[in-house]
Amino acid sequence: MTIDQIENGIVLDHIKAGNAMAIYRYLQLDELDCTVAVIKNVKSAKMGKKDIIKIDSPIDINLDVLGYFDENITVNIIRDGEKIAKKHVCLPEKIVNIVKCKNPRCITSTEQELDQVFRLTDPENRVYRCMYCDSSNNYLP
Amino acid sequence: MKHVLDITDLSIEEIDSLIATAMDIIKDKEKYQDICKRKKLATLFFEPSTRTRLSFEAAMLELGGSVIGFSSASSSSSSKGESVSDTVKVVGYYADIIAMRHPKEGAPMAATAVSDVPIINAGDGGHHHPTQTLADLLTIHREKGRFNNLTVGFCGDLKFGRTVHSLVNALSRYTGIKLVFISPDELKIPQYIKTDIIEKTGMPYVETRTMESVMPELDILYMTRVQGERFFNEADYIRLRDYYILTPDKLENAKKDLCIMHPLPRVNEIARSIDKDPRACYFKQVENGKYMRMALIMMLLGGA
Repeated sequence: MTIDQIENGIVLDHIKAGNAMAIYRYLQLDELDCTVAVIKNVKSAKMGKKDIIKIDSPIDINLDVLGYFDENITVNIIRDGEKIAKKHVCLPEKIVNIVKCKNPRCITSTEQELDQVFRLTDPENRVYRCMYCDSSNNYLP
Repeated sequence: MKHVLDITDLSIEEIDSLIATAMDIIKDKEKYQDICKRKKLATLFFEPSTRTRLSFEAAMLELGGSVIGFSSASSSSSSKGESVSDTVKVVGYYADIIAMRHPKEGAPMAATAVSDVPIINAGDGGHHHPTQTLADLLTIHREKGRFNNLTVGFCGDLKFGRTVHSLVNALSRYTGIKLVFISPDELKIPQYIKTDIIEKTGMPYVETRTMESVMPELDILYMTRVQGERFFNEADYIRLRDYYILTPDKLENAKKDLCIMHPLPRVNEIARSIDKDPRACYFKQVENGKYMRMALIMMLLGGA
């Protein structure tokens, strides 16, 4: 299968196979007018198989979202058909409005327009806790 | 400006200072009777409470200050749909300091984002209750004279019991503490308290279902009520509420200087006959709570 190269945009590479659609949703890529290619189960020497997302527009990407999902993702910046930069993401210390607290006793379940803020409390086990109620929310796709 | 939402918002030095102030208040109450003159405390209690609200109000009155506020959500604008943030913002124009209780966990933290005055968390759901912990610490200080080298038993509802979580957190900063958790399986201490606090500090702990076997080694026995308001299922509450009842026969093998604590209100978990036992310290906690709240209000108002 052939997917065209992009001229000016971003390639999200080394996405854990199966995670691409979740990242597509969280980055709200469905709202873009440009060409977006979601390529699943690409053969990879390092990973066995992986997902790739190509975005044919130089948009700003929320790297915290990517780091939260998968710290192995690489972000390639493409200009005039050439890769000009490669960024690695890391597990963010704090994530804002990426996941919602599931604790029904948490103030975020009732208070209007309150940001959903999670803090990294245990990097080894990738545990994030709600800033308000301390509930952990280990949703990983 | 400082807020106190959790006991860890206070350093060990600050806690020592609050205890020193509280001890001085106990010694010379008159010295403090006008120290908060012309200052106002707002008690925003979105959830009913007797002890904590009255303790805060008595504390402010004994410091010479005034008190405004409400004692249930139904008598506040939240019954009209007002957000916590808006209520706190408005009250900030009337009061110099706010003590707030709310059934939702994290509500006081949400309030701090908009508040121009210090906020004291007076209990947020099953989450934190730092001033109860301050009362507990002053009680331990007065009864035991130390915070190190103590075996502390917690009995009852260790899952929803916020006072237990806060006290465990506070004690984790001292050395030589051994914890004994006595609870039914359904109300065990949450895993995150074990992994995030106890195991990180390396405090030794044991979990058991019976209090008799561990009673002889305890320096402190912290009893708790099974809280009906935290259960979604009434049947579970009824089944668990009388799981542990402390009676005189269960104290036969206890140390002579055991300190029996309870954050109150008690239902059935401590027999009334224990009240006469000199080891019963739960009513002393009530008194100590007022002194620590006085000390805390003074500290947050900048020494008033």
